[in-house]
Amino acid sequence: MIEIEDVTKFYGDRRVVDCLSLTVPAGDFCVLLGSSGCGKSTTLKMINRLIAADAGTIRIAGEDIATIPAEALRRRIGYAIQSIGLFPHWTVEDNIAAVPRLLKWPRARRDDRVTELLEMFRLSPEIYRRKYPHQLSGGEQQRVGVARALAADPELLLMDEPFGAVDPLTRDDLQTELARIHRATKKTIVFVTHDIEEALRLAMQIAVMQDGRIAQLGAPLDILQHPASDFVADFVGRQGIGLKLLSVRRVADRMRPGETAEGEPLSLDTSLRDALSAMTTRRTDRLPVCDTTGRRVGAIALGDLVR
Amino acid sequence: MNLEPSLAVRRPAFPLLLGVHNQVLLVLVVIALAAVASSGFVGDAPNRLVSGRPISLWSAADPITKAGVALLGAALSATCFVRPSKSLHCTVVVLAAALLLLVLAAAGQAASHLTQSGRLAARISLGPAFWVLATCAALALADALQRLNAGLIAQLFAVIGIAAGAVLLAASGIFDALSLTQEFATHRQAFSDAITRHMALVGASVALATAIGFPLGVAAAKRPGLQNPVFAVLNILQTIPSIALFGLLIWPLSALVAGVPRLAQFGVGGIGVAPAIIALVLYSLLPVVRNTSVGLAGVDSAVIEAGRGMGMGAGQIFRQIELPLALPVLLAGLRIVIVQAIGLAVVAALIGAGGLGTFVFEGLGQYAVDLVLLGALPAIFLALLADFTLQIITTMVSRRLAR
Repeated sequence: MIEIEDVTKFYGDRRVVDCLSLTVPAGDFCVLLGSSGCGKSTTLKMINRLIAADAGTIRIAGEDIATIPAEALRRRIGYAIQSIGLFPHWTVEDNIAAVPRLLKWPRARRDDRVTELLEMFRLSPEIYRRKYPHQLSGGEQQRVGVARALAADPELLLMDEPFGAVDPLTRDDLQTELARIHRATKKTIVFVTHDIEEALRLAMQIAVMQDGRIAQLGAPLDILQHPASDFVADFVGRQGIGLKLLSVRRVADRMRPGETAEGEPLSLDTSLRDALSAMTTRRTDRLPVCDTTGRRVGAIALGDLVR
Repeated sequence: MNLEPSLAVRRPAFPLLLGVHNQVLLVLVVIALAAVASSGFVGDAPNRLVSGRPISLWSAADPITKAGVALLGAALSATCFVRPSKSLHCTVVVLAAALLLLVLAAAGQAASHLTQSGRLAARISLGPAFWVLATCAALALADALQRLNAGLIAQLFAVIGIAAGAVLLAASGIFDALSLTQEFATHRQAFSDAITRHMALVGASVALATAIGFPLGVAAAKRPGLQNPVFAVLNILQTIPSIALFGLLIWPLSALVAGVPRLAQFGVGGIGVAPAIIALVLYSLLPVVRNTSVGLAGVDSAVIEAGRGMGMGAGQIFRQIELPLALPVLLAGLRIVIVQAIGLAVVAALIGAGGLGTFVFEGLGQYAVDLVLLGALPAIFLALLADFTLQIITTMVSRRLAR
């Protein structure tokens, strides 16, 4: 759990973060959403003390971070950034094992952890561990970047627009991957982005930021349906709001259990937006649904999407 | 019906040179041809003091050598008109290397032929045609290696091959009649002393410059406010002509020794090794400091932020990330400094520091070109050797750090 209390940061005379308070429960996926200059990155970097707060306190699991030596604190917190920042002269293996090495883990434990993480990110360990960053595609580099952030099994993961520099298709894959890993590891994640779609897709709660303050805090659906101000309404976009609503709801919410349909099944956690897209491309108004094991558990019809 | 291949033929860069695929080589052949036709291959002087009578390659060399040079030259010019391929470039490498060695042999052989007449004081020196021909052959070789995209190993083999050929020729005594060789023979002991002293001067000054310049470069990279004053001073130092700097150091150092006579015991004085090393260090500082600071500043800030974000300390970031990533640029700086110091150390002979410059200035004083060459040629070869070695090291390091 992270408790941010009345935190303020000045750059010169400008308050980039203005008396901001935010509580992120353990296991939560919290997205700081806002346009550039709104203070979201600064807020994130104050959590691992890359930037020192001018006022206010931040506690992680009840412990005031100001009382923890900065380097020790950072080794407890995973950190992934947009430009990835993989060490170009180190292999994938060395990059991922960077924090475990700083924590002086024995060699065997480091190796095991690298194997485990590469497998988690669906990168074959035999092929990838000896490669250098420049031999990887952008998406693979970003996977390694996130794997490195997770290496020492940190209680908390900070991500600063980690998928900002990859192409849309890869970004889509990486988001799916991250959602899966969040479900599997139950890490507390604070994620900074300016991309509303990304926020809707990943967040459990979204903090929309404006001028160093939180303009609205709430679940994705909440923010779409009840924007607290004109700013938030503008930011989440009045246009295409229906599609955005579809993107935050899952097939599981609208499925007709027990019924059947023809065709390739959708999984339970497919968004309604993707379901609509699938129906449109396959020219059908009804598709079967399966669970994670592939067992067919029901069907969903076009009318269910707008119910 | 096969129309594609005609499209694949590379268009010549100039319509006039229709069918010429290697303009560089053709130009080299033309230059070499012009030099051979218009100037002396060797010079024949009755003694050391008068300038020699030029003798062309045609009248100096024996028929077999002449035929060899002509054949290799013709073959090289023919390759300009052949479509480039890997095997063609390999052929050019072999031809150019053979030509280079043959030209060396031809000079030695012409000299021994001309001195057979028994004139003891006669001096056969190397003429313009020799230098141009040898340079063109070496350039053709380098160009072909580049076109081959030859790796370091291949380049190393080519250099070792040529060097081994030249050493074998020298060992066979073919050069003995050349005035340059005679000059070497009379100065043999002085020569080895000079070359040792030269390398010691360069080694000491580069080591000192690195010891002073590296921390300065790091400081400049970490505190941008320092950059302007530091680089202003170093730039001014760099603009002082070397002879002037050597001269300027005489007065303060003499005054220092006059004040603290004990220093004289350690070799400090207005002339000699001490001012030479000081001047060389001053000249070497700018490249060392600049490359250190540019190299460190060039390390991707995202990588450093990632290191900080993971909990690396400042020292760990410097040693494990910044230094290794800046190393290729630091090595490039070292390469510049060493090559520059080898050249500048020649001038240091003026203030009595010794080294290869001794022969150069002695030769200039006596109007003995061969003596000048005895100092200049080894300095050039030392510089090339140092350059090549550091290039290999830099490439190996960069490859390991490939981004």
